[in-house]
Amino acid sequence: METLERIIAEHPFFGGLESYYTGLLTGCASNVRFNAGVYIFKEGEPANNFYLIRSGKVALEILPPHNRPINVETLTEGEILGWSWLLPPYIWSFHAHALQDTRAIVLDGKCLRSKCEQNHDLGYQVLKRFGQIMARRLQATRLQLLDMYAAK
Amino acid sequence: MATLETTPVISDPMLPQPYVLQRVDKETPDTFSLTVNPQDRVDDVAFMPGQFSMLWVFGVGELPISISGDPAQKGRLVYTVRSVGKATNALVSRKVGDGIGVRGPFGAGWPLEVARGRDVIVVAGGIGLSPLRPVIYEILQNREQYGRLVLLYGTRSPRDVLYRKELAVWGRQPETQVLISVDYGGLSWHGHVGVVTTLFKYARLQPSRSVAMICGPEIMMRFVTRELEMQGLKREDIYVSMERNMKCGVGLCGHCQYGPYFICKDGPVFPYERIRPLLDKYEL
Repeated sequence: METLERIIAEHPFFGGLESYYTGLLTGCASNVRFNAGVYIFKEGEPANNFYLIRSGKVALEILPPHNRPINVETLTEGEILGWSWLLPPYIWSFHAHALQDTRAIVLDGKCLRSKCEQNHDLGYQVLKRFGQIMARRLQATRLQLLDMYAAK
Repeated sequence: MATLETTPVISDPMLPQPYVLQRVDKETPDTFSLTVNPQDRVDDVAFMPGQFSMLWVFGVGELPISISGDPAQKGRLVYTVRSVGKATNALVSRKVGDGIGVRGPFGAGWPLEVARGRDVIVVAGGIGLSPLRPVIYEILQNREQYGRLVLLYGTRSPRDVLYRKELAVWGRQPETQVLISVDYGGLSWHGHVGVVTTLFKYARLQPSRSVAMICGPEIMMRFVTRELEMQGLKREDIYVSMERNMKCGVGLCGHCQYGPYFICKDGPVFPYERIRPLLDKYEL
């Protein structure tokens, strides 16, 4: 049977992390499942956790003024959902909408923030990984903003 | 360095040949595929995937348009045209039976000889899928000559997806992986959303035995080539199709000069290695 610690250790996001740290992370983790169609979180709500997606598909949606939500990114197996838990004001900036039945590991952000404050090595490992994801997604967002396929 | 494939141009490349519009297919709200047949001769309509023609609409002007049809279907040519201005509007407004002038085909095509026996990674952005469609036809019709086909296609929104039915058919073929992404989707779109480079994480690639062919906006191609290199592809195994304001089609007028090259004659398909130093420069 797969243990939470093993799942976390084998997740690409935490690849290369020493077992001591995965043990610390596991103390803040639990399994979670969302049915297709469910909103995992909504813009403006407190952001107190993040998710390691194990299977399924989640859309990040934003609500333009006077319009229907737009899906701006999809996340699937092996990806991370949510970083607003990491930085004040700890508020979600998007809706997260399960497009398929989705299994994930949820990590309690308050618990993890507290451990990162106590153990800065863990904090560095976590921040380093989130920093890479933030940079990659920022770059992708810039390309989306260019609207490069629009008729010129 | 690989020699890219070409077909000989007709004796007077500046003289448009009379063609007749046989069929118009609406691909998206603003993009149409036009099938034309030669009015007189039927023996010289062969083309290499990646080549383009100059399409002439009387009283409006002439446009360079990539050939998007099946190279195995002789005697006709297919062009996918996005209606974005006066000339393209006039072109897609032609009715079946109307005449169109055609010069070409021109230019260097995709390196199919190099690709034989290897996996082919096709990366297309927006209407950049149209000059790559003949490559896909060629591979799927000669399956034993090629390895795996991986198509990564990015476009603006679900309504802008070209060749929707064919994409579904291609994705069901053996040894073929078709991945589609849109930059933003509505609530009814349950496919992938994100720039085309985000598809690489789902692609089953064998970089050491692959050739990549890319066509789309230049900025997309810059990011895709970087991603391909990060995946382990060698630069010499990457080919890109460039676009400029082509006029004569045979490298005489200079309109499409790109550094030391003429896109119409030396391209539009180039080995990435050859034009890499030019790709990051402004105002070329």
